[in-house]
Amino acid sequence: MKTVLVLFAHPRFEQSRTNKALVQAAINREGVTFHDLYEVYPDFHIDIICEKKLLESHDVIIWHHPFYWYSCPPLMKQWIDLVLEYDWAYGPNGNALSGKTCLQVITTGGSEKVYKEDGKNVYTINQFLRPFEQTVRLCKMHYLTPYAVMGTHQITDEQLTRHVHQYDQILTKLQQGKPIEQLKNCVFQEDIPEELNMENT
Amino acid sequence: MTGSVLFEVIAFLAGAVICVSIAKKLGLSAVLGYLFAGIIIGPFLLGLVGEEGQDILHFAEFGVVMMLFLIGLEIEPKDFWKMRKTILTMGGFQVAATMALSYLLFSSLGYQPKVAFTFSMAVALSSTAIVLQTLKEKGQLKSNYGHASFSILLFQDIIVIFMLGILPLLSNSQQTGNNDDHGGASFIETLPIWAQTIAIIASVIAVIVAGRYLFVPMLRVVARTGVRELLLASALLIVFGIAFLMELVGLSPALGAFLGGVVLATSEFKHELESNLEPFKNLLLGLFFMAVGTSINFLVIANNPALIGGLVIGIVILKGIVLFLIATLFRMHIDQRLLLTIALAQIGEFAFVILTFAFQLNILEKEQMDVLLVVTAISMALTPILALINERVVLPNVGTKEMEESDMDGVEKSKVILVGFGHFGSTVGRFLRTYGVEATILDYSSNRVDLLRKMGFKVFYGDATRIELLEAAGIEDADVLIVAIDNSDKAFALVKMVKKQFPHVKLMVRAKNRYDAYDLVNMGVTHVYRETLDTSVKLASDVLSDMGFRKYTLHRQAQKFIQSDEESLRRLAEQFHHEENYIAKSKEEIAAQEQLMVEDRERGRIDIDHLWDSEQMRLQKEERDGE
Repeated sequence: MKTVLVLFAHPRFEQSRTNKALVQAAINREGVTFHDLYEVYPDFHIDIICEKKLLESHDVIIWHHPFYWYSCPPLMKQWIDLVLEYDWAYGPNGNALSGKTCLQVITTGGSEKVYKEDGKNVYTINQFLRPFEQTVRLCKMHYLTPYAVMGTHQITDEQLTRHVHQYDQILTKLQQGKPIEQLKNCVFQEDIPEELNMENT
Repeated sequence: MTGSVLFEVIAFLAGAVICVSIAKKLGLSAVLGYLFAGIIIGPFLLGLVGEEGQDILHFAEFGVVMMLFLIGLEIEPKDFWKMRKTILTMGGFQVAATMALSYLLFSSLGYQPKVAFTFSMAVALSSTAIVLQTLKEKGQLKSNYGHASFSILLFQDIIVIFMLGILPLLSNSQQTGNNDDHGGASFIETLPIWAQTIAIIASVIAVIVAGRYLFVPMLRVVARTGVRELLLASALLIVFGIAFLMELVGLSPALGAFLGGVVLATSEFKHELESNLEPFKNLLLGLFFMAVGTSINFLVIANNPALIGGLVIGIVILKGIVLFLIATLFRMHIDQRLLLTIALAQIGEFAFVILTFAFQLNILEKEQMDVLLVVTAISMALTPILALINERVVLPNVGTKEMEESDMDGVEKSKVILVGFGHFGSTVGRFLRTYGVEATILDYSSNRVDLLRKMGFKVFYGDATRIELLEAAGIEDADVLIVAIDNSDKAFALVKMVKKQFPHVKLMVRAKNRYDAYDLVNMGVTHVYRETLDTSVKLASDVLSDMGFRKYTLHRQAQKFIQSDEESLRRLAEQFHHEENYIAKSKEEIAAQEQLMVEDRERGRIDIDHLWDSEQMRLQKEERDGE
């Protein structure tokens, strides 16, 4: 069994119908540590030592956050800035995270229609997530194809239930150490350059 | 020379106004000003007031009664109970040792045992009026030596009852009629001992019970009438009533008043009573000090200058030695020891009572009484002068020095001065230090100053409202003055002085509460820090967090709340006039509270920002889709 760490960042979680449903799959789950960043660090005063220990003791890291202005909420960025230290996470002696797996789980208000070349946002989700992808790669981790719940402004209850079920399946696979890309019906953003991923595995 | 009553009143008032203003201008205690006013208008200098000084003295002693009532108001019963050990041990030792030593002194001077004993009783007592008034003036009631002084004085107030009880037993002749003069003999002395005891206990219980079940309901009724002077009348009625009852059973009226004060300390009228009686007390005490001045009989001095001079010096030294010993036994700091020694080394006003009573009982001869009366008055007049010398000359060089040698060597002065290093100030200072910013610290607790110096802090010792000390601390070159004193009155005085004398210094001031903050804002202070604001908001956020609200939202909401509270503080400060009258003041405070709450309600539970809230977008989209 692989251990999974969910780093959850949502500044207004209480208002988010989608995420309240989604996290049910991760909270109180054996082998999964659910780490609610905005609840633990409301003043952005991140305990770096504690965060490093958490990272070291898990095999799979999940960044779970809403997609704001084509990026993550500010505390998540703060977390990346502070915790992923030089010579620890990256750099010549930075091997602490080497070989671990990282998955980004995001929720977007806009639907798939707007995240493409002829859509309102012009670029795809993967293109927007390139900085994260490269961050993970620099830390010698394996970046999985991101999982996105899209169109949350108009999501129906049935659709939401289906997504929660999918998230649950993803977590099961990750815990079992099996690949998740083959999961049926899951909306993965599948344009990660394969050859780059191979480099690190 | 003395004319009508009106003329005497004018003489007293003019003397007070002129002498006290001069004394204050010179930076001296008001007590000293009053004493000199008394000497100047008295029978031996200008002669504006005659021999009736003695009668005025008895009348003015009522100021002491009021003072003890007011002090009682500030001591809650449970605190009083906590003090019982200190009162008994310190007071007991002081009275016993002083009596023993002075008995030896007077015996060796050839006085009869009875006379020597009476004198020693008088000498053992110190002046509640002078000591407590000075302590209050300097804001040192809560200091170590203030506490010790108060304990000893309280014990003396209790023991004086027994002294007055013993005197008739020493009498040469049979009881010389019924002296209902002042507390000595009274009607209950005709009763058997057991009945007297019962009467005394009953009257003490009566004061306690009346405090709870008579005074408070009475004050409530009076407060409802809304007639301001009625409250003053009832305050006076309470004090006079207690004093009368105490005299009736032969207890010290001051002690009874103190007890009454303690009982009322927990009532809602505490502040009301204080603000009403304060001016009366001050005026009466002023009159008392002036009367002491007028009663110094210069003829007696002229007849026995050597004896009187010797006695004054001898007694002050004798009392001083005992006090110094007590302070040492109780492990007080050297500064506090000296302060206590000087403060209580005089003979007090109770001596007037004991001596005149003993004279009426034929224990003393007129001449003997006069000598000791003069000695008493001179020793009282000497106290503020000795205290002045002690503070200006001795203390700065002994024990905790006002400033350390190294400070004088032209070491670069800090740009930041921190006044007050208690719980609040120490946190400020420690945090500044984490940044390597060494504030120059001013503090009046010598124990703390010594510790801080040991830890390498730059510390000045003394009263920060003294301009010389501020100048020594380098206020001329300072950029910032942090006022972290606990005592609001001292803080305000300091702020006013610095604003006037050193306008270039940026003031950062601690405020005890919202109302103090209003006053500070009205004084023109921009940087006001309420010690009750941030912490209470933090507590409330933690409660809400426990109830399940999200911490980050709470965090932002708390910031917003503090910000809008600061804004309202500045907005409402102008409307807030600090009323002297307590009822009007508390009404105003409640109105201000109400206004705050109304504003809170209007602003709503959460000042909705639409940040990260997709609900709006969803609704708009649904509208668009519906079209």
